Amino acid sequence: MAVSVARAHQRGRPGALRRAVGSEHFSGWAFVTPGVVIILLFGAVPIIWSAVMSFQKNNLLSPSTPFVGTANYRQMLHDPIVVQAIKHTLIYTALFVPGTMIVGLFLAVAMNRKIRFISFYRTAAYATMAISTISEAIVFIWLFDPSYGVVNYFFSLIGLPQQQFLNSPSEALYVIVAMTIWGWTGFSVVIYLAALQGIPQTLLEAASIDGAGPWRTFRRITLPLLSPASLFLAVWLTINALQLFDEVYLSTQGGPLNATTVLVYYLYNQAFQQFNFGYASAIAYFLFLVIIVVTVIQFRVGKRLTYYRS
Amino acid sequence: MTATSAPARSGFRRHSGFRRHSGFRRHTGHDDVPHARRRRLPFSPWHLVLIPATVLLIFPFLWLLVTSVETSSEALRFPPLLDPRVIRFANYSDALASAPFVRFFINSAIVAVLTVLSNLVLCSLAGYAFARFRFLGRTALFAVLMATLMVPFQVTMIPQFIITKWLGVHVLAAVGIDHLGALILPNAATAFGIFFLRQFFKTLPLEYEESARVDGASRLTVLVRIVLPLATPALATLAALTFIDSWNNFLWPLIAVTSTNQMTLPLGLATFQGAHQTEVPLLMAGNVMSLLPMLLIFFLAQRYFIRSVAATGLAGT
Repeated sequence: MAVSVARAHQRGRPGALRRAVGSEHFSGWAFVTPGVVIILLFGAVPIIWSAVMSFQKNNLLSPSTPFVGTANYRQMLHDPIVVQAIKHTLIYTALFVPGTMIVGLFLAVAMNRKIRFISFYRTAAYATMAISTISEAIVFIWLFDPSYGVVNYFFSLIGLPQQQFLNSPSEALYVIVAMTIWGWTGFSVVIYLAALQGIPQTLLEAASIDGAGPWRTFRRITLPLLSPASLFLAVWLTINALQLFDEVYLSTQGGPLNATTVLVYYLYNQAFQQFNFGYASAIAYFLFLVIIVVTVIQFRVGKRLTYYRS
Repeated sequence: MTATSAPARSGFRRHSGFRRHSGFRRHTGHDDVPHARRRRLPFSPWHLVLIPATVLLIFPFLWLLVTSVETSSEALRFPPLLDPRVIRFANYSDALASAPFVRFFINSAIVAVLTVLSNLVLCSLAGYAFARFRFLGRTALFAVLMATLMVPFQVTMIPQFIITKWLGVHVLAAVGIDHLGALILPNAATAFGIFFLRQFFKTLPLEYEESARVDGASRLTVLVRIVLPLATPALATLAALTFIDSWNNFLWPLIAVTSTNQMTLPLGLATFQGAHQTEVPLLMAGNVMSLLPMLLIFFLAQRYFIRSVAATGLAGT
């Protein structure tokens, strides 16, 4: 019915207009415009705008925004907090990414079998995906509370000394690593389980016939076949790790003594607490550069280590 | 593993190709030496790994629940009370009385639902055009969209804040700073959504669309009547991923919204935490109420969410 309505509608139009409106150029632009306008306005324009701002002295409090060349970038090199923030971001990433991958791989392998309660086990892991970073941080702050926390209680049971955790400059970052690994467990289990279920049974049986034990089969067959999933997880988790913010904002606000100040937290602090838009934009572009460099390295190295079937 | 369950299990494996690492050896063991496995544990040894792992995974949830019904004096005690004597549900009503959690929930729902709907509509339209139409500037435009995909949000957030503020003052207050519209409009269409649907549309066979066009259907009719019904799995995936992203988004609401009655759940909860840091049971009750809706939605639609997340991983490999 709609077809015939459309046809009648078209027939009524004068020739030239009908041809223009009916053309693929017109339809193409008509279809893409609403979505593209939003993405250009809130995605593409800001990319250029913040690039320009990173070369300006742009402080919300003063009306003029003079160009200052590379001053913002040079300021970063001499800002001790930026240097610390880079260090913390890299330490965090170096612990969080492999940690999440190992936990995810281990659980996925354990859960890749039909045994009793398996859907309960899986659901328990998946459930961590439904938890917002804020909920997660609030629970973990309480678990790791230095005075009343249950983790310190378990420590006391096995004879370990009481820890200050998030209040301690030398421990706070590691507590954040622990809480974010917990929060991402469900995600990495899902990715690894999907990849494990894509491995053809015949390959594993062939290895078994050839006399390979379970560990050898895992090392030589399963792990190489999982490498595309591992590369995806490594890249995806790294991009997210370099952008760590929510947990830090909620649990430590970058403290104590800047021990958990990571790049994005410092960027937020500069942009929306100090209102140094110019300097914050320079930090944002630096972060972008770090993400690009790390991702390219991962793909380069990953390509050599990744085994693709077909 | 019990003797009774073993035949059923290997039978299942034979029919469905179910995999396990030592599958081959088990199989022959069952056929040739029926009682060889008697020495083994009466259950799969993997339970010994999975039970402690699962306890670790759900312990934070359990501890959250326990604390949320304790009294303040019970919570602030060391060693901690593992089984509270009094179940104090009043913490929940107290939390509701001290922060508008229902309002936060409604705001989150409005933002998430509208963001999902607009993404489905706008990304379908654009994705279809990029997949099927040849129009002037298509390649260049698509390249620009893909470039924005690589850029982290932190690079765009300051100009996005300025633009949103300007829009609210000069164009429409409802999409300006401190309005729910500010949380919807910038995410109403995403380059990821367009790319994702375009890739899916390209895998569909052309024949149906061509014959409908020959019959005189307009391009929009073809998209709505023929292509979208075929793309339901992709649309469901995009909807699930967009929903999770929108529901859990924190940094942008933190920047764009300041008044309590415009806050979404994560932001409202974070503000609540700031105000009630020492009232632990109250805070935990608020936290339970904040995470419960998403947890319920997740359990109800677990299949969809898992498939969607797995799809991003498989697309990446």
